[in-house]
Amino acid sequence: MAPYQPKSDPKWLVALTLAVALTVPFLFPVLILLSMPLAEPSGGGVTLALRWLGNVLGTDLSGPVAHDVGTAVVLLLIAFLFINFGAIFSGICVWWERRIAGRMQSRIGPNRQGLGGFLVWVADAVKFLLKEDLVPAEADSLLFRIAPYFVLTGFALTFVVLPFGHSVVMADLNVGVFYITSVTALVVVGILISGWSSNSKWALFGGMRSAAQVVSYEIPAGLAVFVPVLMAGSLSMQDIIRAQGAAPWDWFIFRNPAALVAFFVLFTSQLAEANRTPFDLPEAESELVAGYLSEYSGFRFALFFMSEFGNIWVMSALATTLFFGGWQVPGMPAAAISALKGTGAWWGWQLVSMAVFAVKTLLLANVVIWLRWTLPRIRIDQMMTLSWKYLVPIGFVCLIFTLFWQLGVGAAPGLELASGVALSVGALFVVIAFFRRVFKNVTDVRGDAIDLSNW
Amino acid sequence: MTPLESYFPLAVVFALALVLGLALVGLAALLGPRRPSRVKEAPFECGSDPVGDARGRFGVKFYVIALLFVVFDIEAVFIYPWAVQVRELGWNGFATMAVFAATLVAGLAYVWKKGALDWE
Repeated sequence: MAPYQPKSDPKWLVALTLAVALTVPFLFPVLILLSMPLAEPSGGGVTLALRWLGNVLGTDLSGPVAHDVGTAVVLLLIAFLFINFGAIFSGICVWWERRIAGRMQSRIGPNRQGLGGFLVWVADAVKFLLKEDLVPAEADSLLFRIAPYFVLTGFALTFVVLPFGHSVVMADLNVGVFYITSVTALVVVGILISGWSSNSKWALFGGMRSAAQVVSYEIPAGLAVFVPVLMAGSLSMQDIIRAQGAAPWDWFIFRNPAALVAFFVLFTSQLAEANRTPFDLPEAESELVAGYLSEYSGFRFALFFMSEFGNIWVMSALATTLFFGGWQVPGMPAAAISALKGTGAWWGWQLVSMAVFAVKTLLLANVVIWLRWTLPRIRIDQMMTLSWKYLVPIGFVCLIFTLFWQLGVGAAPGLELASGVALSVGALFVVIAFFRRVFKNVTDVRGDAIDLSNW
Repeated sequence: MTPLESYFPLAVVFALALVLGLALVGLAALLGPRRPSRVKEAPFECGSDPVGDARGRFGVKFYVIALLFVVFDIEAVFIYPWAVQVRELGWNGFATMAVFAATLVAGLAYVWKKGALDWE
């Protein structure tokens, strides 16, 4: 028998994959960026667009009613872009996570749908659309049907305040951070409804566990968020980023020793709230089948799934905003940015700031994926103990420490810089040590060379 | 900008997310097959016939956690505006919030001592 030859992809499929892979990640930032002037609060873009439309149609469209309608249409367009961004991000994230999982478990992962299996998320979406949508006979039909929309809207609404770049944000609400913590609570409502309405024991257990888990971790997450809020003196996402600098020692995470701890508290709590491993007890497949998702099929299941993976972006972007300096670019102080306004370089600068924000966010998202395939699932009593006996007290200590720290910084402004430099140098050493260790581990197993031929 | 104007995007996203979700689920209902059967519609119980109903009573532990959550979340609601204004409020605001937080910490210590946080 001839040795197994891996099937090679047809040329058109490779070309299609490359075209999608190269366009989609760049198309969305550009489209979002181009839509931003239309969303200016002053309505400059809307006024211009209406004047142009009025000239084409030969009518006068400068009245307040036309302006309001124009604003609504523009906002719909932008909302459509953002929701699609979330959906497509979660699709690509599913592919990326499955590839990484394959590598980490010495198997291949999806590699059939296009080059490297990249189009697997498109195939998934089509398949979900063509599947039968089952509602269990004993289920509470109405609640069972509406539960996915709670999850979807809770996920989509976070994109209203999430910044993407220097002036790339749908609405910079003055209650930004508070708003995010409140709308993500909608997801829990959806999960509870789905768990109860399915009338299946697995779904009920999953829903109840999820509710207990999310309400428990909401407390340390809230306490950790207070640290950057105290340091910035504002709840607006953009104001919090503006209060930080571009260099690592100007980030909130290093400027205050308590913020470093608070970041880990927040990150752990967010993992738990997003039901990610090691906190995926609500959908623990080895004990609860699929938890609250057990009875869902077809596109309703897809809505849950999409929100769950899209939440990886939301949680990483929130952490980037609060602790890692957001879109701040080195060598671009606020004065230099406002000088660019109105020139072509303004757009370039916006793109650079979006790229910086995206890179930081994607790095964090990769840590989330990496943790999922590294850590085992913890027990429910450990989960509760971790939240109430460790994270909540630690969160309180961080809060109190930050108060005194801010008083100290008021008296001696050099304190923040000293802490920033010391902690970022320390972090650099940790990163270097980590990569040396990884390099050593990789060279140690050279014997069984990693086979990449079936990529 | 009036508060209503600044929150208008929120309403738009909410409406659009609902419409998109409904449209996609509706499309799936049109495209997908519909062949229900008694076995398909039964709740999943690992292949065997379902035993009893899932609408039973559930562990009271979750109830205690929910009560604790309400207390601590209200604390969070109070701290948010205070955290934004802390510089303006000065020592007066600091002392007030210290008393409030100390009460909560004492409550947490009491709950902990009572064993409400132990999961059995």
